[in-house]
Amino acid sequence: MLEKALTGSKKYWAWIIFLLVVIAVGFMAYLRQFSYGLGLTGMSRDVSWGLYIAQFTFLVGVAASAVMLVTPYYLHDFKKFGRMVIFGEFLAVSAVIMCILFIFVDVGQPMRILNVLLYPQLHSVMFYDMCVLCGYLAINIIVGWTSLGAERKGVHPPKWVHFLVYLSVPWAFSIHTVTAFLYAGLPGRHFWLTAIMAARFLASAFAAGPSLLIILLLIVQKVSKFDPDPPGVGAIQSLVKIIRYAMIANVFFYICEVFTAFYSGIPDEMAAFKYVFVGLDGHHSLVPFMWTATFLAFLGIALLIFPTRKNKVLLPIALLSIFFANWIDKGVVLIIAGFVPNSFDRVTEYFPTSNEISIVLGVYAIGFLLLTVLYKVAISVREEQAQ
Amino acid sequence: MYKGGKIIASLIIFVAILASPFFFNMGKANAGPDLPTYASSANLQQCVEPAEYMKEYHMQLLNQWRNADVREGKTVYINSQGKSFDISLETCVECHSTQATKNTVGVNNPALKTSDQFCVSCHNYASVKPTCWSCHSGPEGAKQ
Amino acid sequence: MSINRRQFLRRAGMVTALGLGGSFVINAVETAAEYEPSKQGLVAKHWAMVVDMSKFKTEDDFKRVIQSCVSIHNIPDFGNPKDEIKWIWSDDYEHTFSGGDNEYLTDDFKKLPFMVACNHCENPPCVKACPTGATFKRDDGIVDMDFHRCIGCRFCMGACPFGARSFNYRDPRPFIKKIDPDYPTRTPGVVEKCIFCVERLADGLMPACVEASNGGLIFGDLDDPNSEVRKLVSTKFTIRRKTELGTQPSVYYLVGGAKNA
Repeated sequence: MLEKALTGSKKYWAWIIFLLVVIAVGFMAYLRQFSYGLGLTGMSRDVSWGLYIAQFTFLVGVAASAVMLVTPYYLHDFKKFGRMVIFGEFLAVSAVIMCILFIFVDVGQPMRILNVLLYPQLHSVMFYDMCVLCGYLAINIIVGWTSLGAERKGVHPPKWVHFLVYLSVPWAFSIHTVTAFLYAGLPGRHFWLTAIMAARFLASAFAAGPSLLIILLLIVQKVSKFDPDPPGVGAIQSLVKIIRYAMIANVFFYICEVFTAFYSGIPDEMAAFKYVFVGLDGHHSLVPFMWTATFLAFLGIALLIFPTRKNKVLLPIALLSIFFANWIDKGVVLIIAGFVPNSFDRVTEYFPTSNEISIVLGVYAIGFLLLTVLYKVAISVREEQAQ
Repeated sequence: MYKGGKIIASLIIFVAILASPFFFNMGKANAGPDLPTYASSANLQQCVEPAEYMKEYHMQLLNQWRNADVREGKTVYINSQGKSFDISLETCVECHSTQATKNTVGVNNPALKTSDQFCVSCHNYASVKPTCWSCHSGPEGAKQ
Repeated sequence: MSINRRQFLRRAGMVTALGLGGSFVINAVETAAEYEPSKQGLVAKHWAMVVDMSKFKTEDDFKRVIQSCVSIHNIPDFGNPKDEIKWIWSDDYEHTFSGGDNEYLTDDFKKLPFMVACNHCENPPCVKACPTGATFKRDDGIVDMDFHRCIGCRFCMGACPFGARSFNYRDPRPFIKKIDPDYPTRTPGVVEKCIFCVERLADGLMPACVEASNGGLIFGDLDDPNSEVRKLVSTKFTIRRKTELGTQPSVYYLVGGAKNA
C-alpha cells in the first residue's frame, strides 16, 4: 500500500520536498550537535531539560489522543467516527515516532541508548516510558495498517485486531500517565510534584490531540476526494464536544493548581507559578508565553461553547487556539518552569539556540512527512474503495 | 521472473561492485600486525592471563574488570594461576608501553608502534577502534 | 519461481533472525579467576561526612579543598555557569538551606559560606530515576557513578533535590588544567558528581577534600558507634539540607562547630 504515497499532485510533491529540505537542515544541525555535545543547545547545569524533552512531553499527549476516537467507535459502537479512526491511529504513529526521535536527539550518548533495555531498572519510570511508548507504536502501526489493508480488500479485519484495539485503550492512558509520572515523582521539583499532573496531562492531551486531528481532517476534506465527515454525519462536531469538555477540565485542573499554590502561600509552591505569570527575581522570559496560552485557552473554549463552533472559519480558529494553548503550556512552559527556581533558590533562564530549533523543526518535519505518507495511503485506499 | 534479465544483470553488477576491494587486493601480501619477537629470556613476564587467552578474550576480560571495579568495588583480580593484579588500565600500561620500566620485551612492542595511540598496532590492522581513550589516559607520551 | 512479496519478506526475516540468534551463542571461556576488594581498602556500612564550617576561615581553606577534588578528578573549567561542572563547591547559608526565610537574619549570616557536594542520600531519588543503573548505591552507602553506562538522559539531574549533579555538555579535555593520568576524564554526554572518592577509599585513603580540609570535613562510618562522625552526629546539633523530602542525606552540618575536638 505504500506505493500509494509515491503518486500525487504537484502540491503534494512540493509539500514533500519542503519537508525534506527542513529535515536535511535539521539533520545537519544534529551532526553539529553530535560532534560538539549538547552544549550547542540552551540547556545548562540548572535547566537540564529543554525544548527536546518538552516537545516529547507534548507529543506523547497527541499520540495518546487517538484513544478519544477508538474508545467511542470500538467500545461503544459510535459509528460516526468510522471514517476517522484510521487518521487518529496514524496521527498517533507519527506522534510517537517524533517522541522517540526527540528523546534520541536529547540524550547525551545516543549510541548507548539500548542500555535502557540491556540493563533494565524496574524502579525507573523512564524505563517504563520506553517500554510503553514502543508498545504503543507497535500497536498503532499494526492495527492501522491491518485494518486499512483489510478495508482495501473489502473484508473484515482479522479477529486478533480487535484484541489489540481493546489493548490500545488502556495503553493510550498509560503512555501519558507514565510520562506524567516522570515529573510527578521527583521530590525536588515543586512545580511538578503534584498529584494532578497525570490528570492534567490527559485532559490537555485529549483537547490538543483531537484539535490537531480535526484540523488535519479539514485539510483532508480540502485536498482529496475522500470526506472523513460527510454532510449529515456530524463526526467532527461530536469530536468537538470531547475537545470542549477536555479543555474545560484542563483549565479547571490548572486553576486548582494555582489555587493550592497561592492560597496555601507556601513559597516553594508559588515560586514557579510566579515565574511564569509575573516573573521571578527579575526574570520573566516565559511570562508572555503563559499569558498568550491563557488567552488562547479561554478563547478556544468560548468559541467551542457557543454556536461559533459550527462556523467554517471560527472552528479552525478555535481548534488552533486550543492546540497552541496546550502546546505552549506543555511544550514551552512546563518543562522549563520545573527547573525554576533551581535547588539553590536561584533563577537560571533557558533560551534555545538556533541549532536546537533547527533540530526541533527537523524532527517535526520527519513526523509530518510520515503523517503525510500515511494519510496519503489511507486516503488513496478510501478513494479507491469509493469507486 | 518479471524483468528477470535486468534484475539478474543488476545483481551481478551490484555484487561485483561490492566485492571489488577484494579483487583489488588479491595476490598482494599484507603485513600482519607488528608483534614483538620475544627474547627467550627468563625475565619474560606473562600478561595478566596467558598470551593465547589474552589475544582472544582481552576485551571480554576488560569488560569484566570494568564491572567488578566500578560497580562492585572489587579492585583486585586473581588470575587463573592465583596471581593478584590491580584492576586498572595502568596494569596493562606497565608493560605494554615503550616508556614502561618493566618492559623487558625489547623495542618492538605490541601496543605502541608509533606512539600514535595506545594498542594501535593490532587494532589498526584489525580496524577496530577502542573507545577507551576518550576518557582513560593512555601511557605518558602517547598521543590521545 | 513464483513467490510473492509477503512470502519473500517472511522467509528473509526468518533467516535473518536465525543468523542474528546464532551470533549470540558465542561464549567467553571462563577461566578460574576471582575478583576481590583490595586488602588496604577502607570499608564501612554507611559512609557519611560532617561539615564543620568553623574550620574554614580563609579564602585559601575553600580553594584548597575544592582544588584537591578538581585536580585528582580532572574536573574541567569551562569558564561559564551554563556548562559548569562542579563536584564540591561553596554557597551561602541563604541558598544552601533554602526554605524558611528568616527576614530578620542579618546579611552576614545569610552570606555565611557552606561547603556543598553530593549528599549521598540513603534514599537517593537520582538512583531511583536512573533508567540504566549508571548511578547506583553501593553497599557502603556511597552513591556512585558508572560513566560507561550513562546514556546522558539527565533524569538524575532533574531528580536530585540538591543540585549536586553536572552534565558534560561538551568535551571536557581541552578545559582541564592538568590531566591526572590516575583517574579518567569523562566523555561529553555523561553526568557526573562527587563520588566520595571511592578510588581513594579503595587505596586506604580518605577522600581528597577531607584530607585537604584540615579538620573542616570529617569522614567516617555512621554505622560504627565509635567513629567520629557517629559521635558528632549523635551528640552535637547538626542540620542537613532539605530533610523534609525524606532522602536522608549523609552530609551533616555542625551548628556552632568550634566546640568539637
